[in-house]
Amino acid sequence: MIMKEISLHLLDIVQNSLSAGANLIEVSVEINTDADLLTVGVADNGSGMDEQTCLRVTNPFYTSRDTRKVGLGIPFFKEGAEGCGGDFFLSSAPGEGTKIGASYRLSHIDRPPLGDMAQTMLTLCVCNEDVGFVLRYARDDKEFMFDTREIRLALGDGIPFRTPEVMEWLKGYLSEGIEEVNGGMDV
Amino acid sequence: MKSLQELEAIRQKTLETINLRKEHNGTRIVVGMATCGIAAGARPVLAAFMDEVAKRGLGDVVVAQTGCIGVCRLEPIVEVYKPGLEKVTYVKVTSDMVGRIMTEHIVNNRVVDEYTIGAAEAKKQ
Repeated sequence: MIMKEISLHLLDIVQNSLSAGANLIEVSVEINTDADLLTVGVADNGSGMDEQTCLRVTNPFYTSRDTRKVGLGIPFFKEGAEGCGGDFFLSSAPGEGTKIGASYRLSHIDRPPLGDMAQTMLTLCVCNEDVGFVLRYARDDKEFMFDTREIRLALGDGIPFRTPEVMEWLKGYLSEGIEEVNGGMDV
Repeated sequence: MKSLQELEAIRQKTLETINLRKEHNGTRIVVGMATCGIAAGARPVLAAFMDEVAKRGLGDVVVAQTGCIGVCRLEPIVEVYKPGLEKVTYVKVTSDMVGRIMTEHIVNNRVVDEYTIGAAEAKKQ
């Protein structure tokens, strides 16, 4: 397993959405303790992929990039989940964006920790100012919604997210929201 | 608990100073965030740079991300662009190295030679 945290996989998968020109990216994390499942996903409005490309992306020897010949992001994401009693899903169509995700048995011994989801979202928002990010973070019946479009509205135009005060606020807002939903549970 | 209302206060406070910041003439710190970079630990490095910039209130320094730089074995890779100067590439960067790069290079214009790609490749030979 190359990624130590599931939140790093999500950060990596979102890079694909960015390369596909998405300007709205929704990340979801759903903890279902009764079903013993952790489900994570990324949905974007990027260029999407045709059927053939969808089949190829789970092959490590396929990549759209030209700096090297392998693309390990999706293959490892898929394998990691399947090795933890979970599933991998991908649906996409040209012009319709992409939905990709994976589930893990919460209690599976090999399941990596979810890790620092707040840091994943913070780095994404601050480095990609012109992209809208949504995080839906849920545990059983509790939910935290983070939406940079709302934040942009409240903050007004002309103040970038990377402004020190805003960055501090975003960091606190994300970690508090996530911790509140976790309610002390170690994910 | 942080609320969206607080953003209004931040807005008031920041708008007064924001126009003074000349981001286009400033330094850019670029972290490679492809699969190779992320797996090697680029996220905490990027976050550490963001923290340092915020802590020091460096309004003219931009922290950004890029894709695969092409030398995956040396990730996490950080490139520093200063106006009018040649790009400096730091390799195998950890969060612990960030403070020193900030103080010496970003603030005081002294490149931390031992962390650069040149030093890493020289050591190998």
